[in-house]
Amino acid sequence: MEPLLEVRDLAVEFPIGSDLFGRPRHIVHAVNGVSLAVDAGEALGLVGESGCGKTTLGRAILRLIEPSAGKVLICGEDWCRLSPSELRSRRRFAQMVFQDPNSSLNPRLTVGASVAEAIEIHRLAATSEKKMARVRELLEWVGLSGDAADRYPHEFSGGQRQRIGIARALAVEPRMIVCDEPVSALDVSVQAQIIQLLQELQQARGLAYLFISHDLAVVEHLCQRTAVMYLGRLVELGPSRQVCGAPIHPYTRALVSAVPRMTGEGVARIQLTGDLPSPLHPPTGCPFHPRCPIAESRCRTEVPAWKEVRLGHWAACHLAAG
Amino acid sequence: MSLLEIDQLQIDFRLRGDWVRAVDGVSLRVEAGQTVCLVGESGCGKSITALSVARLLHTPPARYSGGQIRFDGTDVLTLPESDLVRLRGPAVGYVFQDPGTSLNPVMTVGSQIREALYLKDPNLANPTEVARRLEWVGIPDPERRARDYPHQMSGGMQQRVMIAMALAQEPRLLIADEPTTALDVTIQAQILELLVDMKQRRGMAMLLITHNLGVARSVADQVLVMYAGQIVEAGPVAELLAAPRHPYTRALIASVPELGHATHRLQGIPGVVPSLGHWNAGCRFAPRCNQARPECSVNAPGWTEPTPGHGVRCPYPIN
Repeated sequence: MEPLLEVRDLAVEFPIGSDLFGRPRHIVHAVNGVSLAVDAGEALGLVGESGCGKTTLGRAILRLIEPSAGKVLICGEDWCRLSPSELRSRRRFAQMVFQDPNSSLNPRLTVGASVAEAIEIHRLAATSEKKMARVRELLEWVGLSGDAADRYPHEFSGGQRQRIGIARALAVEPRMIVCDEPVSALDVSVQAQIIQLLQELQQARGLAYLFISHDLAVVEHLCQRTAVMYLGRLVELGPSRQVCGAPIHPYTRALVSAVPRMTGEGVARIQLTGDLPSPLHPPTGCPFHPRCPIAESRCRTEVPAWKEVRLGHWAACHLAAG
Repeated sequence: MSLLEIDQLQIDFRLRGDWVRAVDGVSLRVEAGQTVCLVGESGCGKSITALSVARLLHTPPARYSGGQIRFDGTDVLTLPESDLVRLRGPAVGYVFQDPGTSLNPVMTVGSQIREALYLKDPNLANPTEVARRLEWVGIPDPERRARDYPHQMSGGMQQRVMIAMALAQEPRLLIADEPTTALDVTIQAQILELLVDMKQRRGMAMLLITHNLGVARSVADQVLVMYAGQIVEAGPVAELLAAPRHPYTRALIASVPELGHATHRLQGIPGVVPSLGHWNAGCRFAPRCNQARPECSVNAPGWTEPTPGHGVRCPYPIN
């Protein structure tokens, strides 16, 4: 079966500064040759530290940022080749939910008007009555009451605003939602409710998610598979249980070991030295080698290949052993 | 005598002409060399309690309307303004959540740390000592980094500079309000290890505010759970997290996604924290509690200690 989303060798470059002739002084490779696929109804988690390029990747997939190379196939169609008007009509299939519901909702529009906007753009309701009935239905799906439609965003709590953001994404009946840290700004009590809601929607509507987060535990709970990103590249991808429970790549192992556990159990922490290197001057060879506790000489020169170390569990590491 | 003793503290805020209570009868103890964690959802009064320890709240809009705060035997609430300087920094250090707004943007980080060192001891205000403090918090190449301005550093680096500044004065009590919330897990782990190390080597006490129960588990000795301006449960960390007595604590724990336990269904807590001035008469958690009885919304629960050293504000604690 063809996957719902297929990303092939996607790259995003940002020019930095410009010289006398207007040419960029430096190029930052924010996303560097990423390939992944998401099946219909599947949730794929994308984790990594700040600055690794995960948000840029999510936005490039929806062409909110223009990719510089590679392909994004959604329902078999290459989104990178679509004209602006074609792209606009295809936005129905893939929507986005943002981290900060305060800045992604228009404070001057009622919640109903915000949700109805997408329905109008895609002409999904024949009459104004049908449109408002649909808005109320959407708000109820996400656990708000239908009369929330007449109120303004500031009347709602952070968790409720995130529900409105989800309702707005659902308004056009997408097949997939890119969620960029949708629960990071919320209290755990509310975060758990939103995770539950996303799980219910996934089961009830067969939605697929690309779920971007820095929180491994949240991703393990919500996503069937997890991808780990480092300095613009994928370093590991596999079933969430395995990636979090038996990670292959030394970077993933360090990440997993750093998560504080409430039960007090856990693994001995693998100390990483130094910060994430600047993407302006990425290291040669394996991008992780300057911080890697087990790096060898070839790690400094050769870029490791992306290989299937265990069934369905991929990693880019010279020293990976199944 | 404990290093920090807070008894029946009450703090009000002026809100649209009325005084509303934000902290309602909080009592706590922090012993020298001990780490106490305050946990709870946002809006429960954790940060206000923490700020009050060195009287950092602006009055008005705030007002200390009752109770006592004693630091090392000194009554903080009656201390003259001029003596507060000796309390803030050398005795009680603070680290706030957002380093971006707490550092001076027009001073190099080195000179900001030198300033803190100067307050401790003018002889320490030299580049070697500054570099040493930066090294403590794991900043590579400290001599060069000392000449950086805050904007030239990442958020994680800035937060480590904040911690270096607070630690430079070697406070007897460090109050850290969500010090690692904005950081990546690898940096978070590094900072937590540093704080534990400071506690062990220098006997520094710590009052840590966090919403992350995993963080509490890895650094705290005691945990206090706050809800709507009150402490609803207090006890030793391992016991409290493994066998919570208050329904709120249990619900909080059930909301946390724990790595390696993905099969657990996350519970969440229905509803939201009541806003200031909207606390109900009986138990404040009753409207969200899944085991509330009719009398819970009428009778305000008192503080009981079903087991020694483990207290709870619920007449029907979980066994």
